[in-house]
Amino acid sequence: MSVQQEIEEILQKRFNPSFLKVTNDSHKHRGHAGDNGTGSSHFSALVVSDEFEGLNLVKRQQEVYKALGDYMKDIIHALALKTMTDLEYNKIKNAL
Amino acid sequence: MSDIVSEQIKKQITENDIVLYMKGTAVFPQCGFSASVIQILDLLGVEYKDIDILPEPELREGIKAFTEWPTIPQLYVKGEFVGGCDIIREMYQNGELQTLMQDNGIKINVDAA
Repeated sequence: MSVQQEIEEILQKRFNPSFLKVTNDSHKHRGHAGDNGTGSSHFSALVVSDEFEGLNLVKRQQEVYKALGDYMKDIIHALALKTMTDLEYNKIKNAL
Repeated sequence: MSDIVSEQIKKQITENDIVLYMKGTAVFPQCGFSASVIQILDLLGVEYKDIDILPEPELREGIKAFTEWPTIPQLYVKGEFVGGCDIIREMYQNGELQTLMQDNGIKINVDAA
């Protein structure tokens, strides 16, 4: 299983998201600081879940980081995160 | 994290209104995410203290434990952790960052308000 799939699985289990998208952006950072040569160092994720209801952005991301645990320490150099509740996500979708 | 590091961080975030823990310096950021936050702070026209964690491994690990946040950059305003790169960007775009600065009595560039 790729690191991307592992991240997806962890987030899926923890947040039961109504929408989840994890992207591997490592190729964009090749040769930059933090590129460990594995091709699995930089990711971005959009997590839409009502688990975030009532939490500010900092708390939401702390929950995501907590769920990923050692992945954040040892494997992932950077994870660009967007965290939204269903309501917030639908508002943005309708605005597009 | 040693007490010395934790005291050092507490001192830094209380003695300065705005502190950015980053990779590199404001003049020479060593990471795109840090550079992005610098750009926003400069657009706001606020004064801030940039702290380069790269030459200080203890501080680098210490700030992660202190904030319970695994990545750099980290922005503190008036002693409170505000966020990393994604949050700062989002807050700048929707105007929350400008409001937060003003609520804390920090003057910002009128064009950015």
